[in-house]
Amino acid sequence: MTDISQTPAAAPAAKPKKGSLFEQDARTKKRNAAESRFKMYGIAAIGIGLLMLIVLVTNIVTAGTGAFQQTFLELNVELKEDKLDKKGNRNIEDIKKVSTFGYAPLIASAIETEVQELGIQTDLSPKEMGKILSKAAQAELRNYVIANPDEIGKTVSFRFLVNSRVDGYMKGRVTRESIANDKSITVAQLDFVDQLRDAGVLYKAFNPDFIFGSDASDQRPEAAGIGVSMLGSLFMMFVVLALALPIGVAASIYLEEFAPQNRLTDIIEVNISNLAAVPSIVFGILGLAVFINYMHLPTSAPLVGGLVLTLMTLPTIIISTRASLKAVPPSIRDAALGVGASKMQAVFHHVLPLAAPGILTGTIIGLAQALGETAPLLLIGMVGFIASNPPDGLVAGFLSPNSAMPAQIYEWSKRADPAFYERAWGGIIILLIFLVTMNTIAVILRRRFERRW
Amino acid sequence: MALSWLLLILLAFAVIGYFAGRSRALASAGGDARDLHSLPSYYGYNVALTALVPALGILVVWLLAQPMIVNSTVAGMIPDHAIPEGADRGLIMSEVRRVSNGLAGAVATGALSEAQAGNADADIAELTQTLKDSGQVLTQEITKPILVAAQKYRSMTSTGTIAMQVIVVIVALFGAAFAYIRTHKEFRARNVVEQGVLALLLLAASIAILTTVGIVLSMFFETLNFFQLHSWKDFFFGSTWAPNFRGGSELSILPLLWGTLYISVIALLVAVPIGLFAAIYLSEYASGATRSIAKPLLEILAGIPTIVYGLFALLTVGPALVSMFGEGGALGVGWMASSNAVLTAGLVMGIMLIPFVSSLSDDIINAVPQSMRDGSLGLGATHSETVRQVVLPAALPGIVGAILLAASRAIGETMIVVMAAGAIAKFSGNPFEAMTTITTRIVSQLTGDTDFASPETLVAFALGLTLFIITLGLNIFALYIVRKYREQYE
Repeated sequence: MTDISQTPAAAPAAKPKKGSLFEQDARTKKRNAAESRFKMYGIAAIGIGLLMLIVLVTNIVTAGTGAFQQTFLELNVELKEDKLDKKGNRNIEDIKKVSTFGYAPLIASAIETEVQELGIQTDLSPKEMGKILSKAAQAELRNYVIANPDEIGKTVSFRFLVNSRVDGYMKGRVTRESIANDKSITVAQLDFVDQLRDAGVLYKAFNPDFIFGSDASDQRPEAAGIGVSMLGSLFMMFVVLALALPIGVAASIYLEEFAPQNRLTDIIEVNISNLAAVPSIVFGILGLAVFINYMHLPTSAPLVGGLVLTLMTLPTIIISTRASLKAVPPSIRDAALGVGASKMQAVFHHVLPLAAPGILTGTIIGLAQALGETAPLLLIGMVGFIASNPPDGLVAGFLSPNSAMPAQIYEWSKRADPAFYERAWGGIIILLIFLVTMNTIAVILRRRFERRW
Repeated sequence: MALSWLLLILLAFAVIGYFAGRSRALASAGGDARDLHSLPSYYGYNVALTALVPALGILVVWLLAQPMIVNSTVAGMIPDHAIPEGADRGLIMSEVRRVSNGLAGAVATGALSEAQAGNADADIAELTQTLKDSGQVLTQEITKPILVAAQKYRSMTSTGTIAMQVIVVIVALFGAAFAYIRTHKEFRARNVVEQGVLALLLLAASIAILTTVGIVLSMFFETLNFFQLHSWKDFFFGSTWAPNFRGGSELSILPLLWGTLYISVIALLVAVPIGLFAAIYLSEYASGATRSIAKPLLEILAGIPTIVYGLFALLTVGPALVSMFGEGGALGVGWMASSNAVLTAGLVMGIMLIPFVSSLSDDIINAVPQSMRDGSLGLGATHSETVRQVVLPAALPGIVGAILLAASRAIGETMIVVMAAGAIAKFSGNPFEAMTTITTRIVSQLTGDTDFASPETLVAFALGLTLFIITLGLNIFALYIVRKYREQYE
């Protein structure tokens, strides 16, 4: 005490007081500057993170929305009876005998008529004019005729897909400069496209076939759709849900409520936390070795994909289920045991229902994770496969080869024609819509049913 | 009889057994449920479970074991001289299976009678033609040994399947009958059912072990096969990765490991500073409102599938980098030739890892006791001094653990590197060059037409096992550090 009281007494004579609350000395200024710099680093880091998110999302939206629109050419096609149904008896078998090649003259003459009616001046030959259409145009018309044989002999107005270069031109991806070395389209054809567009017969419109249709070969990006691989993903999610949810919940109940403290329990716990961190590609190797090479399950089948994704999702579901079981207070169990329930009854009748919302939330998040996973699917053959036909029936849905949404996106990103890139981005928009919806449902469930004890 | 029918029959047994057991129990108590040891439904469950569980267990084991037994028996039948040059037993066996499927398909469509399909002395040319006509897929010429093996395969499989069905149904019936007879009002049904359910729960929990064992075994045996065909010295210590499907490949993991580590380091250089500073700001400075907005937004980055990052790297970041560092680019340096480069993959992977580092570090920083901060602030330290000199040193082991977890993520990441890193295996320090990684090579060796007898395909399993061990080691080490650190302040 004496020391402290004496020191100030000696000090005033030696030095005038330097620091004040109103005037900072150099050292304080430096420290305060360091403080605000440090804070700025933090803000900058968060800013960079959020900026990346914004860049990513804007990039996806700007690059992908184009896929939902497609350029169409509307033509009046005369379905000549002498070409399509020579016998004139509308027998569907006879009509089917006319190959897609047989429809080419009908389309060619339809374009010629259209050009004359609209008064378009062009030096292009009819064949060159026809080349602005998609290679799928004849098949489209044939499918229409087979579905509506009564229309034969009439003139119908039909909307044809144009090819990907013309579509790219309408969307600004292809320009007159960029096609200098392109063999599939000429500047004259683009001029012709301009004329058709001004006449209003060539226009962009919403393209439901992208969402619901099937994949097309790499010659026809304009006809490719993600619908069939969406079904593949759906069947995989059925498998994951049917296996991962019961197994995951059973495993969590055991570990959380019944497991004794012993070596086996420890091994299980360590295994689960390690499996959660195993690279997903390793699960793909497991699937290839066990399900395909050993059990001879069909390659590329959603069943195999579902099994692999189940093993991958299990740790996620187990971890979240255990957390929600743990959140149910012991008083609930004690009360049930107190009125004479067995331990099993207490868990299944009281704890599990109370933990159900949390389990559901965890399951949805696990499913969302599985839905976006690609790497294991590459190894079990769900890539490099053209998902051109929707599966017929439930069993085929599980067992016949199919693709899945992320695998389809990867497949498109590998193809040479840049028109597929637009479709890959469009596929990502659809995939993200699914993921956002699932996560929103999970958040709503959590908010709605979460109980604080 | 298809498998689904068998399952339906078993299910029907269980349902019938439930009601039968329940009513027998009630009858034995004279219709008064109070005289029973357990609730009436437990007697029902007892019968249903005893019918269902052993039968299903046998079914699963049988389905797993039968292909193995049939395969090894039939493979033993094929004489060595029947195996052509350049093929092995596995290849012949897949042909045998194909022929046997073809025979089954032909019988199903009626192109062949059962006797014709089983006739070992059948004219092979004629049979091949019949099979082809009925639309069955055959790739090779059918030879006599293959035909005999295929017929044996087919007969063994069908006998096995019939035996399985019979045995499973009998076991289910016996189980139901046994439990039904035991059903009496004194019988302690609840205890028995609960024991059974507990066993099922334990079984479900053991699937985690089974998966790990499956992963290790599936890669281990193929890796052994690989090391029989290829020297392990070249794999671990060689310097060149040059697979050649005509033989004479050099398959060394070192160039791939170099590419993997290089890309991971770049990713961590991006993710660690950003993630760490974001975590510090969010946990030490940000107001509750900022935190509740910024944290979930950052975590969205973690929920985006890797295919999206892959496409982002391939189509956006790569071309953008080329337009900056490439020939005639904005900087005019001409360092970057193609958009596939270490830098492209590393940057995008870094973005992906930001939320991973930030939310783990956030948890760890929050776990540092408030009293330590209060002490430091009370001594006159500024907020940033407190963070740098007190909070961070205290949280350091945990943060190191978080970084290690992020590193293991980066090493095992597949889609980004498959799409954006390139395919050239080499030792190079130039981040603008394309390089390849372990995961990329696993994908490329195992997709497309693969021949599971060549070292070029089998090397993928050795790579996978190495990858598994590396990531597992990192994870165990990281979890150990994190756990140890947590105990310190609890």
